[in-house]
Amino acid sequence: MTTSATASGAATRTIVTGSAASAVPARRAGSRNREQLISWAFLAPFLIAFALFLVWPIVHGIYLSFTDQSLTGAGGSFVGFANYGEALTDPVMWQSMWNTVWFTLLSTVPLVVIALLMAALVDRGLPGQWLWRLSFFMPYLLASTVISQIWVWIFNPQIGAANNILKALGLEPLAWLQNPDTNMLSIVIATVWWTVGFNFLLYLAAMQNIPPQQYEAASLDGAGPWRQFWSITLPQLGPATVLILILQILASLKLFDQAYQMLGGVASDTTRSIVQYIYEAGFVNYRFGYSAAISYVFFALIVIIGVAQALVSRRRKEL
Amino acid sequence: MSTATLSHTQAITAPGARRRRRPHLPGQKPFGLLRVTAFVVLALLAIGWLLPFLWAIATAFKTETDAASGDPSWIGATGPTVEAFTAILSQGNVYTWAFNSLWTSAAITLITLAISALAAYAFSRMDFTGRKWLFVVVIASIIVPPQVLIIPLFYQMLTFNMIDTHWGLILPQVVAPAMVFILKRFFDAIPIELEDAARVDGASRFRIFWSIVLPLSRPILASVAIFVFIGAWNNFLWPFLVINDTTLMTLPVGLQTVISAYGVQYAQVMAQAVLAALPLIIVFIIFQKQIVKGVATSGFGGQ
Repeated sequence: MTTSATASGAATRTIVTGSAASAVPARRAGSRNREQLISWAFLAPFLIAFALFLVWPIVHGIYLSFTDQSLTGAGGSFVGFANYGEALTDPVMWQSMWNTVWFTLLSTVPLVVIALLMAALVDRGLPGQWLWRLSFFMPYLLASTVISQIWVWIFNPQIGAANNILKALGLEPLAWLQNPDTNMLSIVIATVWWTVGFNFLLYLAAMQNIPPQQYEAASLDGAGPWRQFWSITLPQLGPATVLILILQILASLKLFDQAYQMLGGVASDTTRSIVQYIYEAGFVNYRFGYSAAISYVFFALIVIIGVAQALVSRRRKEL
Repeated sequence: MSTATLSHTQAITAPGARRRRRPHLPGQKPFGLLRVTAFVVLALLAIGWLLPFLWAIATAFKTETDAASGDPSWIGATGPTVEAFTAILSQGNVYTWAFNSLWTSAAITLITLAISALAAYAFSRMDFTGRKWLFVVVIASIIVPPQVLIIPLFYQMLTFNMIDTHWGLILPQVVAPAMVFILKRFFDAIPIELEDAARVDGASRFRIFWSIVLPLSRPILASVAIFVFIGAWNNFLWPFLVINDTTLMTLPVGLQTVISAYGVQYAQVMAQAVLAALPLIIVFIIFQKQIVKGVATSGFGGQ
């Protein structure tokens, strides 16, 4: 009540001040300067942090990538494109890049499909909503340390639950993380368990934005739940799927925490991600300049994917 | 009056807050075959997702001998015990790490929220030179993965003498362009009339921001805060790099360093995992609605 009274009073007064301001241009310019000043005061804390901890590191990182700077403080002289030349001919760099892409390919499909299945089932309005959401999303809340510890134990070849299940099914036990053929797969399984809940919630939110009237109308026309899902739900999930795919690809490309910890910090040729190689080059081999160069090769990959995605989604909008 | 405003701005997907959908539609049997199948599949998935954690809990309550025996039963041969928990908790570092995690995550959340909200308000409501391109720069920076910056950031922390300090851990984590974007979009949806009224009454810009805009934005601020907090609490790479002093470590980094010390003491490792997971699970159970909404808004905001 009171607010609406003030608002209507304000409307009249705004008109008065408005005309007064246009009658006196000098005063208006003064208030514009004041507005500028206040704006920058609001922006300053964020912009200072933004400049110090984001813009400057990007610029300084480019500079470092052209030097032989070491973590120990030694070096620092300009080496031109030597680091980039070395990176692009470094088999370990390409192997890490491939591992990262391979992990992204392996993890993205289940992380999207299982999330969709979970959301579609929960969206049916079955009893126990609270429990479903907790079960599927809870792992996402756990630190990488915690999930790594749990899965290292599950994948333990002698006493782990994974091999118990294989034995119960009459299959041969696997060495999981110890075997270069299965260690990436093990990391993918743990990652799907860990992070699928995030995509599940995004899908659930998208599904719950579909007006229930559409289902009611379809139901009156005799469409069953299956038909409703294919003809109403799925077609309207396009934008959500694009978003989930983009977020998932960008997240998967940053693989490090769980891969590093599940292998106990040991570098394995079949699981070393590009972020792990950046870490190893900088903090194990102390080569800051080289590490910075690899960082920018990786950044270039992210930008290319980002731009490609922007082009694709623009195309979709035009169509 | 304000309820109308909120429902307008709250239109940003809130799955948790939604009414239960169509339990009984005309022509739909409550116990139809499809419904029962859906329930069974859902239950199986949920069990699959809970099992790893339940195994961890079961193992945490076993003796080390039972845990290492490979016996898959839920309760060890010697019966349940809290030995593993007492062993973990008798080591003082766990409390220190939990406290470090709590205070650094809280500091990151508060600073991020404060500086992002101020900037978002300026972008949403104020008229200043270069507003458009500056906003484009901030939004474009969302794509920069923090992992790419670890080398120059570490170098910077060396020159600032902030290696092995909590400020060195906190400050690089407070820049969150995505949060500025999410908050700006929310502020955009608040009717300007509410502010005009106060403005004409002579309230300063900051006063308007503080006593009109912020109270109206409580739901989104809660979502952003919870989300930033979870991210900070679980962050591994940066705290792992910048902190070497055991007494300054956060929980994830600290726990990681003692795994090798425990060797094959599975019960203790699992007890530790359960303890470290507990705070956030409690937080989730309490704030479920806000967290679910936070994922939806921050996800749709482009992470």
